[in-house]
Amino acid sequence: MTDYKSYLEPGTPSISQHDWSLHRKGPIDQQRHKEKIKESLKKNLGQIVSNENIILSDGKKVIKVPIRSLDEYRFRFDPNSGEHSGQGEGDSKVGDVLGPAGNPKGKGAGKGPGEAGDQQGFDYFEAEVSVDELAALLFEDLGLPYLEEKKQSEVESETVEFVDVRRTGIMPNLDKRRTIRENIKRNAARGNPHFGDLHEQDLRFKTWDQRVRYQSNAVVIAMMDVSGSMGEFEKYIARSFYFWMVRFLRTKYNNVQVVFISHHTEAREVTEDEFFHKGESGGTQVSSAYELALKIIQERFNPDDWNIYPFHFSDGDNLPWDNDLCVQYVHKLLALSNIFGYGEIREGYRGSSSTLMSAFGKLTEPKFLTVTITDKREVYPALKKFFDPMLGNPDNLSNITPTSLSPLPTAGEG
Amino acid sequence: MDPLIEQLNDDIEKMWAMAKESGLDPYPIHFEMVPASIMYEFGAYGLPGRYSHWTHGKAFYRMKTQYDYGLSKIYEMVINADPAYAFLLENNSLTQNRMVVAHVLGHVDFFKHNAYYRFTNRQMVESASLNAERIREYEFTHGTRKVEEFLDAVLSIAEHVDPHLSFRYLTDAEKRTERDRPSKPVESAYDDIWNLRGVTDTPEPAPPSREGGHANLSRLKDRSKVDERDERTRFPDEPEKDLLRFILDYARGLEDWQRDIIGIVRLEMLYFVPQMQTKIMNEGWASFWHQRIMREFEMSSDEFTEYATVNAGVVAPSRYHVNPYYLGVKMYEAIEKRWDNPSAEDQARLGMVAGQGRAKLFEVRELDNDVSFLRNYLTKELIEELDLYLYAKEGNEWVIVEKNWEKVRDGIVTSMTNFGVPYITVEDGDYRRNHELYLLHRNEGQELDLTYAEKTIQYLYQLWGRPVHLETLVGDERVLISYDGSRTTRSAIGTHKARV
Repeated sequence: MTDYKSYLEPGTPSISQHDWSLHRKGPIDQQRHKEKIKESLKKNLGQIVSNENIILSDGKKVIKVPIRSLDEYRFRFDPNSGEHSGQGEGDSKVGDVLGPAGNPKGKGAGKGPGEAGDQQGFDYFEAEVSVDELAALLFEDLGLPYLEEKKQSEVESETVEFVDVRRTGIMPNLDKRRTIRENIKRNAARGNPHFGDLHEQDLRFKTWDQRVRYQSNAVVIAMMDVSGSMGEFEKYIARSFYFWMVRFLRTKYNNVQVVFISHHTEAREVTEDEFFHKGESGGTQVSSAYELALKIIQERFNPDDWNIYPFHFSDGDNLPWDNDLCVQYVHKLLALSNIFGYGEIREGYRGSSSTLMSAFGKLTEPKFLTVTITDKREVYPALKKFFDPMLGNPDNLSNITPTSLSPLPTAGEG
Repeated sequence: MDPLIEQLNDDIEKMWAMAKESGLDPYPIHFEMVPASIMYEFGAYGLPGRYSHWTHGKAFYRMKTQYDYGLSKIYEMVINADPAYAFLLENNSLTQNRMVVAHVLGHVDFFKHNAYYRFTNRQMVESASLNAERIREYEFTHGTRKVEEFLDAVLSIAEHVDPHLSFRYLTDAEKRTERDRPSKPVESAYDDIWNLRGVTDTPEPAPPSREGGHANLSRLKDRSKVDERDERTRFPDEPEKDLLRFILDYARGLEDWQRDIIGIVRLEMLYFVPQMQTKIMNEGWASFWHQRIMREFEMSSDEFTEYATVNAGVVAPSRYHVNPYYLGVKMYEAIEKRWDNPSAEDQARLGMVAGQGRAKLFEVRELDNDVSFLRNYLTKELIEELDLYLYAKEGNEWVIVEKNWEKVRDGIVTSMTNFGVPYITVEDGDYRRNHELYLLHRNEGQELDLTYAEKTIQYLYQLWGRPVHLETLVGDERVLISYDGSRTTRSAIGTHKARV
């Protein structure tokens, strides 16, 4: 801190330079602004979750999310009306086009305050969030429902973790890198930094602890209708649900297996990549998927050892004679599973449910959950419904009543 | 001693002498070398040490990001105070900082002498720090979130102050006395003006200030519901432009700390208003003088090339905005030229004498603000030379719609009126005899952003504690936007007849 000149002489200028490195006001308020963005994101998760940018952006980790609620509202002129002043390069004339106005989507004036993308105005705030940050927000309230301790599920996996470094130990645990570094340091202290002339005091050994991890085994069976009747919208919804589901399971649980099944009239176990990217066509026979799921459970996932979660997304256009068979299979699956989730996707749906959904209406087990998705925004509520950790929690039995499951207005609870 | 600082210290002294010799008379200035993060923080907050709020954090983040990506750069930051403070960027070259020093000399001279700054608080840095401390204390006592939410509401109407109250502030009682005072018969060369307005012919005891000062408004009021009420109970006496002061004085149910915060925001805004009223004049003046001083300052040709490049960037014109630096400089140069070498017509008609350029410049910088500056000195020649125009939205494009110099000038002046903020007054603080707040937007041809207005009156409700109404014009429709604490409504309340 040096003052080169003080104010002692009035009426003259002075200059100085200080150490500002501890000054943190701006960054602190910036942090608060970030928190507000996060709050706002949380409020709009429903819309953000089904954003194409996220689902379709493989590898692109940072996405931009428009946030209206961080606008600083005040009385201001409509930026799209009235005349503004500008300056040309000497040859401007009436009728010259300066450039496109506003955002390209803004054809009509914004109607309700809820419609984000269609608002007039130059500046809405675009927050940059990584998919991971978004995932953390999304998954805060999600969990696997009815998670049980299975007979052998608490697989004790012993792991060894090196946690400390000591000066004594056995040779197989010698930490060579640290040893070399200590040696060089000691030599450097004598004025000649090099490796050599190894001394006992240079030696460093790793020591370890034994850690026991308890893991609950769980398997999710993700079934998706890929028949010809599944349009762009339906496939998109199913995939975005599963996109977040897979992400959620991998973020929150160590040992959750996911089995992917695609079906039309036949069902096939597919890889994750095929599941998300391959389109097929043909008729629909839902029972084929359930049958395969049963077979897989019987062969590979003993319900005594595994928590089992089958989910199925379809548009409900099933072959009519197949519906009864489906109900029977669901009964069988429910006997083995923690919950069974069925999601029906019907774009612009206002009328009655599909025959499949009607058939499922007979099922009264609380562990059988259904949702109907008619709009992109309903993906997040569906996730929240299927992955409600309060479900099956003995302290929250009241939560099992279907009406309180989620705020989803169109949920088809039969 | 850091050689760069030492060099700058010498340069500052030289420039100080040059400025004094040219007639500039700034306050003493303390320059401080700061890293970019600090420069941007001060830029975002407007003042060092100002209170915390997320909007400041937002501005800071934006400016800093733009700087980090090389999109824009603040060169200088100067505080209107006595002594004045100016901040220089550590990473700037010597030449850049020299230019900034010269620029700052112009600003500080302007702060000291322009009439609109007469009542600004010259200890604002200290005041702002004390204000920040008090707000910090309120956060501690009442909770950070509660204070933040209250500030959100207050800041939404922060620009709605009345700077003219600083010149002449009357209490309501004084206003009443003033109003009821019998008007003296006026005898002067301008008597005919009074007759034009019919004031002396009107015997009824109407408040003269409303009939006089707000002639337009009183006509607006004739057709508004306000007039259906009893004259005597009119509250406020006259339409009040200072929303913050009105709420501070008359809102029920505000706690002391909340009133204090309103007062803080209001006084800090009043400190900034003159800078908002003289953006073109102030930047123009500073740029005019940095150009003069740098031109005469001793430097190598490389340094001069660097200076010229930076200077060209600062005064670069823009298609979508009028660059205040550029326009200001050009106007001052034109004024100096015209008064130095008046045309035959100017000499004959206005009695101008050659060689008065410098004197005229200093007179203008003392007496004008942007509105009067542009109205008086933005000439046809300048508008044509600078190729200024008005543009508007047509379909999905911005299109130039006006090149006529008088219309362009008037368009720019209009956009500067009330420093670019919609002019809104409290018409009735006891609307429906129910302590509801009735505001009027005085439409000068540009419509309000209704979505924003709806959100803003929700904030006003938070402050006023009772339903809030805002009357504005949408096309020819008079529209009343109301918020009663749970619902926002818009209703048409008649058509606007052309102001006769």
